[in-house]
Amino acid sequence: MAKYLLLKHYRGNPEAVNCVPMDQWTPEEVSAHITYMNDFADRLRESGEFVDAQALAPLGTWVRSDLDGRTPVTDGPFAETKDLIAGWMAIDVDSYERALECAAELSAAPGANGEPIHEWLELRPFLTEMPDTVSE
Amino acid sequence: MDEARLRVLTPEVLAALVRRGADFAAAEDAVQEALLEAVRTWPADPPRDPKGWLITVAWRRFLDAARSEASRRRREDQVEEQPEPGPVPDVDDSLQLYFLCAHPSLTPASAVALTLRAVGGLTTRQIAQAYLVPEATMAQRISRAKRTVSKVRLDRPGDPATVLRVLYLVFNEGYSGDVDLAAEAIRLTRQLAARIDDPEVSGLLALMLLHHARRAGRTAPDGSLVPLAEQDRTRWDTALIHEGVTVLQAALARDRLGEFQAQAAIAALHADAPTAEETDWVQIVEWYDELAALTDSPVVRLNRAVAVGEADGPRAGLAALAALDDTLPRHTAVAAYLHERSGDLPAAARLYAQAAAKAGAVAERDHLVRQAARLNTLLREGR
Repeated sequence: MAKYLLLKHYRGNPEAVNCVPMDQWTPEEVSAHITYMNDFADRLRESGEFVDAQALAPLGTWVRSDLDGRTPVTDGPFAETKDLIAGWMAIDVDSYERALECAAELSAAPGANGEPIHEWLELRPFLTEMPDTVSE
Repeated sequence: MDEARLRVLTPEVLAALVRRGADFAAAEDAVQEALLEAVRTWPADPPRDPKGWLITVAWRRFLDAARSEASRRRREDQVEEQPEPGPVPDVDDSLQLYFLCAHPSLTPASAVALTLRAVGGLTTRQIAQAYLVPEATMAQRISRAKRTVSKVRLDRPGDPATVLRVLYLVFNEGYSGDVDLAAEAIRLTRQLAARIDDPEVSGLLALMLLHHARRAGRTAPDGSLVPLAEQDRTRWDTALIHEGVTVLQAALARDRLGEFQAQAAIAALHADAPTAEETDWVQIVEWYDELAALTDSPVVRLNRAVAVGEADGPRAGLAALAALDDTLPRHTAVAAYLHERSGDLPAAARLYAQAAAKAGAVAERDHLVRQAARLNTLLREGR
């Protein structure tokens, strides 16, 4: 088994095929989208491949320690041009091919006019612990 | 005896151990172990005196733990000198445990966790699941909390307001995992109300009951939020509403108003309206004025603006809103709602979309996006 992170972006990813903002859909289309996402997560729970899913607020800021090492410095809110992550789903699957299949299914969630959004998702493998059998 | 009834005994058993000279932290661990053993063995072999059984087993666990620590040799000797546990008097000094677990030296998150374990009898795993953190993290939070209060003396009464704040936090966490925290908060507040004579404790209990009564109406089958005005009122729990109103009336009759009683009065007026249109908004505004005088909280003033919008019309509501800081949580959502009521749909649609971006919860965000989508659809069709 291998763990992968499916990253969804508010912006910064290549443009989706069906990229109408959500508040311009009909309420029924919004509901259909949310149902699709929930059903997708439920299927992964049933197949034993679900690890975690979280949504992030679009608000946030950059932080670093100040040169005096005491007061943190912030640079925010995020500039409009910045890459912005909307949320993630972590999955634990048998193969890279299965991870691709999951990401494709998530990307096909319905959007405006009930058509699939075909949005670009980022698929990132987790680094794993070193197995004992190769560490010596 | 089911698990909930078993857990009712937790604070009394813990108080009994502390009374016999066990320190709080060790006693609390011992009680937790006794509860787990009870869950394991009682179904096959139920005891005649559940409380006595728990005290005996917990006390034995406490002695075992004390003995196994060589560095605590001296305390063990002290413990050995104690008389064997005899029949337990039915006095209830477990009230002090409420104060201890909500002690002002604890952070809110620690006070919540400690209260749920030491007073509520939940396991660390259940608490961790309810708050969506790893079990090891919650175990550490609880053990640090116990260290923080280890020097607090148990013989002085605390401030009930600190306990109420903790119980209110638990209630608002709602329902996640396999523990219904809202129901647990109600149970603990009920126990507290039976132990302490304070109209605000009753006020909080009434508030919880009245909110809990509407829970089934608050979400649609697909999990989405249903606003108060659109809820199917036949799904509200009339028995809980009746109980909440009765508890509240008894509290208000004492003539010592506090913020929980005022909030409960507002909840009672909503619960009392057969339809959304029949809501007594004028009286609700009056209660918000009382509440604002008691707390001076900006959140109260924001809710008051909504009520003013219903009582005196959306323009009056917008005027009340204009006086408030627009960075308040939900300010934009309230502005969107009042603009829609005043007929300015384009502004309302724009504000709903902005409010969605600022929402703090997924269900709230989804609800606000749906509102924006609804208005934008109307506007497109109207063109």
